[in-house]
Amino acid sequence: MFENEMKVEFPSKSQNESFARIVVAAFASQLDPTLEELSDVKTAVSEAVTNAIIHGYENGSGIVTIKCKISDRTLTVEVLDNGKGIENIDLARQPLYTSKPELERSGMGFTVMETFMDSLIVESEIGKGTRILMTKEFKLI
Amino acid sequence: MLLKFNQRGNTLVVALEGELDHHSSESARVKIDNKIDETGAINLVFDFSGVNFMDSSGIGVVIGRYRKVADFGGKVGIINLRPNIKRVFELGGLLKIIKEYNTLDEAVMNW
Repeated sequence: MFENEMKVEFPSKSQNESFARIVVAAFASQLDPTLEELSDVKTAVSEAVTNAIIHGYENGSGIVTIKCKISDRTLTVEVLDNGKGIENIDLARQPLYTSKPELERSGMGFTVMETFMDSLIVESEIGKGTRILMTKEFKLI
Repeated sequence: MLLKFNQRGNTLVVALEGELDHHSSESARVKIDNKIDETGAINLVFDFSGVNFMDSSGIGVVIGRYRKVADFGGKVGIINLRPNIKRVFELGGLLKIIKEYNTLDEAVMNW
């Protein structure tokens, strides 16, 4: 089985959202993804990192960690923060739900991650942080 | 993200260029709102031809501006969506509320 992995850490600044998705896309490029697959991964990572910055750290300082792993043709992306945590994960995962309506957020972050990736696991502990685990299998063309 | 504004009658055309995410959406919404106020435009057309990436933050930007102009009877249209961006909009059900047109002329003529 072919395996590879990487880890990247950065401060929870919104400027790093584009950095994060481009780094993960660059790592995934070794799987010869289609443009659509690459776009799916970038969008899902962008949502997860944005959640960590806005909700986990509430725009304050903190470290966002991304761990990626490739096993054969499956990419696993883990996005971690040590922020405030999610009180009700089931509610947070509901389409259109947002805990911060004043920020003009669409409440579609988790729905995007679920739709654009093959699997999504959300684990969170109040006061400890949140871990988002997503996988996607890249088709052989 | 770069924004270019053009006015056609009482329609403000907003051409977006670059990546629309949480970071870039913060300044985009302020600039667009200021331009709406400054020009007194009633309707809005978002030209997405220059947008190569968008996450769900973009839905918030479009819906927020829709709410602003709809209060005064204004209409909002979207043109030139790339397939990856259209998928994000469709997921949010946005295209049920805000219509996608093929061209700027088509949008303006249908109003």
